[in-house]
Amino acid sequence: MIVTFFIILPLFAAFVNAIFGRIFRLFSDIFINIINFILLILSFVILYQINTNQNNIFVYKIGGWEIPYGISLVVDFYSVFMLLIVNIITFFVGIYSISYMQKYTEKWGFYSLFELMLAGMNGVIISGDLFNIFVFLEVASIASYALVAFGTEKDELEAAFKYIVLGSISTSFILLAIILSYGYTSTLNLADISNVAKMSNNYIVKITLFLFLIGFGIKSAIVPLHWWLPDAHPSAPAPISAMLSGLLIKTLGIYLIVRFVFNIFLVDIKILNILSYLGIFSMIVGVILALYQWDYKRLLAYHSISQVGYIFLGIGLATPLGLLGGLFHLLNHSVFKSLLFLTSGALEYNFSTRNLKNYYYVSKTMPKTTFSAVIGSFSIAGIPPFNGFWSKLIILFACIQSKNIIFGLVVILVSVLTLASFLKVLKYGFYRENNYSEKENNLFLVKKNIKEVPFFMQFSMISLAILCIILGIIIYPEVKQILISKTVEIIYNGDLYRNLVIK
Amino acid sequence: MKDKNSGMTLIVKTVTRWTVLLIMLYGFYITFFGHLGPGGGFAGGIIVVLSFIHIILAYGKDFVVKKINENIAGILETTGGLLFLTIAILGLFTGIFFKDFLGKGKVFSIFSAGIILPANIAIMIKVGFGMLSAFLCLILFSSQQEENKKKE
Repeated sequence: MIVTFFIILPLFAAFVNAIFGRIFRLFSDIFINIINFILLILSFVILYQINTNQNNIFVYKIGGWEIPYGISLVVDFYSVFMLLIVNIITFFVGIYSISYMQKYTEKWGFYSLFELMLAGMNGVIISGDLFNIFVFLEVASIASYALVAFGTEKDELEAAFKYIVLGSISTSFILLAIILSYGYTSTLNLADISNVAKMSNNYIVKITLFLFLIGFGIKSAIVPLHWWLPDAHPSAPAPISAMLSGLLIKTLGIYLIVRFVFNIFLVDIKILNILSYLGIFSMIVGVILALYQWDYKRLLAYHSISQVGYIFLGIGLATPLGLLGGLFHLLNHSVFKSLLFLTSGALEYNFSTRNLKNYYYVSKTMPKTTFSAVIGSFSIAGIPPFNGFWSKLIILFACIQSKNIIFGLVVILVSVLTLASFLKVLKYGFYRENNYSEKENNLFLVKKNIKEVPFFMQFSMISLAILCIILGIIIYPEVKQILISKTVEIIYNGDLYRNLVIK
Repeated sequence: MKDKNSGMTLIVKTVTRWTVLLIMLYGFYITFFGHLGPGGGFAGGIIVVLSFIHIILAYGKDFVVKKINENIAGILETTGGLLFLTIAILGLFTGIFFKDFLGKGKVFSIFSAGIILPANIAIMIKVGFGMLSAFLCLILFSSQQEENKKKE
């Protein structure tokens, strides 16, 4: 019952807002944020319910049709984990947009597309049906294409066009894979497909899996398929960059890859290790490309590639500890990367440039932004008390446990390089007092005009920064038990999903 | 030379006046009999909007834009989406999301097959006005560009 609201509410909000938002100015600000808040509460409610539920799964049959024939919504621990991440980040980003999007015209259009994207992501997460997943994936992707082009400047349109072309290529791969899998198994229900895929050793199953991996791989930007990301993510407005980098590449890419590889196609562990090699490759390439960027948002976008590599490394090891590390890093990355993109938006809000060389006196004039940026940078670099450290530590232990010492060394090396590039950001972007290219008088004038960003932007940045600090508690056994242990169990025992859905 | 926005010749206008209603009627037929024969909301919506596009081409853009501008088309499109969602939510009140709350009815009559007919109508509004607003945006954008060129 409660499961359906994750699709109904954002869709309803998008349509109602498209009617009333263009008439009343304040309507979309208030209405959309109330809806996001309700979704945030609902995702905690569903976390509580699934922990008290006997079977630990909700299966909702749409229209009352039985399972192999109709469309079903399936919520297990893994889905709840992702729903929590998506709705928490969306709530804070929604609040941030109240002030940030003020300078754009047609703010209601932004909010409608925003809610459509949210509906798509929630739909992908809770859907238990292959074609439904494709439809929601397209809803989320098309909304994100429009949002990347929202500024309608030259660069933004170019980036959006690139993004559309590559996104369409990826969805064609996915559609082809769906056609093949439907032709072979004659069912679209995920649990039912896994029933057939387990029995057969046919080459069609392997081709299908390969096509799925390419399609979702483009969405999640692992290295040989990452070219679209450094253009698309910086060009969007800052809240959307935070959504794209924090959530979209995870729900449409990583979530689906893990679900398909572990729960549906039940792949051999030897093949899974390819994922960890791809992860290592992404980590190194992403961080090296990020090191010499001067565009703040572009640097963050390259770091997304590198951090996604960490997640794939953890998952590809396919041990319980590795999966725990990968999923924990997924949670942490969505928090600190959205935070960092929001701080980049705050700088752009005041200086209207993204170049790190043009910022000065930031730490004096914008102390709260600086505070949250420092915490975000330390989290992503893996400095001890913050959340990024714990997940990287778990991934490191997992590498050593599975006797891949070289992987462990790469984890440490990439972490050091990440720290180096973020020290550059802090030094030039936030703590620089003099600007060599400008004259002294000019500089004084600029200093006088710059103020701290409006309250709503401060609120979401500081909340996410606090979240960065307290998320370290997940490694305590009690919290771990509620939030993440059962998720790892469902992924690690691939059969469990099917057995829970079809009793 | 005649202005491009005032439409085509008298012959075309007369023929359009005769055929447009037939095209629109055919679109409605496809929609309303979607659950009995081939067709449905998507195809019906496209055919209905083709009649609008027909008028725009024959009579020029100003004739239509005065009555339906892109704002109204957008609002109507959204209403279609909302209508479809409402049908799904009405099912929720009787127990299950998308539950068929109307019953099967008599076979081969128009009011049969439960919620398929209202859903088809909602899809027709959504698809039709979606296409229309896309078309209007293209026209308005190109005419705006021409005006900018003239100013320069």
